Amino acid sequence: MAAKQKDIRMKIYFLILFFLYSLPGMCSIIHVGKNERIKTIKEAISHANELDTVLVHGGYYKEGNIFISKKIVLKGIDLPTLDGENKYQIISVKANGVVIDGFKIVHSGTSSLEDIAGIKLYDVRDAVVQNNVLDDTFFGIYTQRGTNCLIQNNVLTSARKQEQASGNGIHCWKSDSMRIINNSIKGHRDGIYFEFVTNSVIWRNVSTSNLRYGLHFMFSNSDSYISNIFRYNGAGVSVMFSHHVKMFNNYFEENWGDGAYGILLKEIADSYIDGNHFIKNTSAIYMEGVSRTIMVKNVFRNNGWAIKIQASCMETELHNNVFLGNTFDVGTNGSLVLNNFDGNYWDKYEGYDLNKNGIGDLPYRPVSMYSMIVERNPPAMILFHSFMTSLLDKTEKVLPTLTPENLADTKPLMKLPFRL
Amino acid sequence: MISATNISKQFGKLKALDNISVTYPAGECIALIGPNGSGKTTFIKSILGMVVPDSGKILFKGKDIAQDCHYRSDIGYMPQIGRYPENMTIGQVLEMMKDIRNHSGSLDDDLINDFNFKSLLNKRMRTLSGGTRQKVSAALAFMFNPEVLILDEPTAGLDPVASEILKQKIVKEKEKGKLILITSHVLSELDDIVTQVMYMQDGKMVFYKPFDLLQFETGENKLSKAIAMIMQQNQFSDIL
Amino acid sequence: MKKIIKYIITDILRNKIILSYTAFLLAISFTIFSLEDNSTKGLLSLLNIVLIIVPLISIIFSTIYIYNSAEFIELLVSQPLQRKKIWLGLFTGLAGSFTIAFLIGAGIPIILFEATAVGFMILAVGILLSVIFVAIAMFAAVRIRDKAKGIGVTILLWLYFSLLFDGIVLFLLFQFSDYPIEKPMIAVSMLNPIDIGRILILLKMDVSALMGYTGAVFKDFFGTTAGMVTSFLILALWMICPLLISLRKFDRKDL
Repeated sequence: MAAKQKDIRMKIYFLILFFLYSLPGMCSIIHVGKNERIKTIKEAISHANELDTVLVHGGYYKEGNIFISKKIVLKGIDLPTLDGENKYQIISVKANGVVIDGFKIVHSGTSSLEDIAGIKLYDVRDAVVQNNVLDDTFFGIYTQRGTNCLIQNNVLTSARKQEQASGNGIHCWKSDSMRIINNSIKGHRDGIYFEFVTNSVIWRNVSTSNLRYGLHFMFSNSDSYISNIFRYNGAGVSVMFSHHVKMFNNYFEENWGDGAYGILLKEIADSYIDGNHFIKNTSAIYMEGVSRTIMVKNVFRNNGWAIKIQASCMETELHNNVFLGNTFDVGTNGSLVLNNFDGNYWDKYEGYDLNKNGIGDLPYRPVSMYSMIVERNPPAMILFHSFMTSLLDKTEKVLPTLTPENLADTKPLMKLPFRL
Repeated sequence: MISATNISKQFGKLKALDNISVTYPAGECIALIGPNGSGKTTFIKSILGMVVPDSGKILFKGKDIAQDCHYRSDIGYMPQIGRYPENMTIGQVLEMMKDIRNHSGSLDDDLINDFNFKSLLNKRMRTLSGGTRQKVSAALAFMFNPEVLILDEPTAGLDPVASEILKQKIVKEKEKGKLILITSHVLSELDDIVTQVMYMQDGKMVFYKPFDLLQFETGENKLSKAIAMIMQQNQFSDIL
Repeated sequence: MKKIIKYIITDILRNKIILSYTAFLLAISFTIFSLEDNSTKGLLSLLNIVLIIVPLISIIFSTIYIYNSAEFIELLVSQPLQRKKIWLGLFTGLAGSFTIAFLIGAGIPIILFEATAVGFMILAVGILLSVIFVAIAMFAAVRIRDKAKGIGVTILLWLYFSLLFDGIVLFLLFQFSDYPIEKPMIAVSMLNPIDIGRILILLKMDVSALMGYTGAVFKDFFGTTAGMVTSFLILALWMICPLLISLRKFDRKDL
């Protein structure tokens, strides 16, 4: 009995040993480099088997379009450069589970017919694209019909001047369960582009100085974006035709210009906007057709307009938001108000709190007379900061006539609801 | 010295000066006489360039006064009511005038001494009485030794002592051969000084003749009486 | 003329109003900058001072001063002085005093707290508006003999430039709202020095984006060197025209 048990144990040990020894044989490491036997990545990939690792040593590789149709790990050591010579798409991935790690990818081709990218993922799952530096690519990292892919720690830069000559930084189309984490995107057409992407997360990315949007987000439901920074983008951030979107703790800053918005919300439903900071935007939030959306604890600071809310919005709840130093707190185009503005902090509030419960006794009307005039007649902006308009605003405060009667915060906070 | 030709000036509907032509030679003392509103002050101001006539020409030493303002450095003017920057002291006003006139010759400070200004130099103009201001005006008019003196109601508001001092000064200057033009209501004061009389009424010059001729014509020695006589005659002629 | 300027400036400086104006500007600018943690907000408050208070004080004080110095002017005219020089001396004295007052009252705080392009633009506009409204005051004072009437007219002029004109602009904007009137509006705004100043400062503050399409049109004009030069030239015209007209008038005025 004991002998038999010992025999089984031996067999197990043997099996483990067998596996341990055979592993390198099953998934081998192929080195590529000037001083290696294999000089080109393409050759290495053609030799590679599933689950192999292709290790590319530092150097300059001009290999046109590198095509990956096996599940391999393509890893760069000392940031090898892959040059697309302004002609080619540089890496195309058509297999699941591919890892691309640690490359410098430069000078992709440009086309008005196809979306040429630095790294393009076609119909794949479980791919990982990480620690890459992309410079002067048309599109940066492009996913179509991807599932459960991870794109992290990449740095993408484009210096193209025209929108037509420039693609998006991280572009996802018809994908699901994507994770876009800690990337830095600069100078593309749109920093991050989501169209028909679901159940995904965009986390800790920095998207700045893009020609159009820092984040362009359409028909993408049940996604979250958290703790991202969107700054100096031509038109800010645009989130449209989506529902169940969660936006937490993002920074929307310095999106300054005609037609630039901190965030443009269009046809958004059942979403949650919490703890975001909007600083120095021409219009921090522009809302059109937004419904059943909750906006809490956001900070609006030094914007032209903090919120432009069109009459098509309904059942939007704004509470515990902080409005500081905005030229206009709220602008609107109609008199119908189906949204709730109660319980926010407005620095322009001049009321008092006799019973000391922290809530002002008089309602605050965030829509000024002049902002209504401008909404109806934009050239009236020529009278900005003139004596007459401030006089109009003062009169309107005493005798409201033009501003919507029920667009008011009936419970304005006397103190900041949280520390800034 | 000064000659005016066809001077006319209209203030709204009022004809303040109506075609006045007159020549004042040097060395004369002319009394410019007429009822209130007859245009005396307007005429004086025209000579000084303070009023711009609608038509006519004024020559000073043969030069048209409209062209150049420098002729005024030969004129000492004492206005009817002298008013000065309120915040300045008498001393500052005197200094300022010296500064502005930029006078090269010696300064005549007889009146400053006679009026005893030394003790008043630090008084601000706004604290002064009308009489003292008149004294300042008089002192300024004589200070720069001008060839022509234009005195508009010089003794109005002056006390008898100051009035006498001023009169003596005028006599003294006349003897130096200066042209002196005086308007005054108190005609008795002018008897000893005046050589010529110009009489104005309703903006017109009624006559301009030597005082002795006037005395002869009217048989009156006193200027006041002579003028009264003429005024009566005029009224009669108006009625007739 | 230098002498006249000297006497007028010393006379104005003896006047307590201009000193209190300087003190007022100093106090209010320091308060604005030290109370507002947000410097843009401080600048906007200063903008209101420059656009409302500065023209008001300049025009009213100058008018009163000119009427009060009627005797002094009379005295000067009877002296061997050119009338033009007397009047220009009066203008330079007044404009100089207001420039100095503004430089001290607003300039020092601006240089201490906000030595930026915006700050200097506010300073430049403030000085220009001071001088322009002195010129307008001289224009009004030389035309109107009666002091009370003259002061009334200058208050109305101030009201017109700071308030009524913008009311008319708003009216026009609504009347012609179907037409592209942004560009004509540039021309219209040139008719009011306060508006030119306001737009120049606002564009330097980079709020043009806030002003939408209008802002873009304005930036295209005022933002360029040519536009900047044009607007400063027009401000200069606003200074020179009333002054020249008043000068001609004064040259023939009966005192």
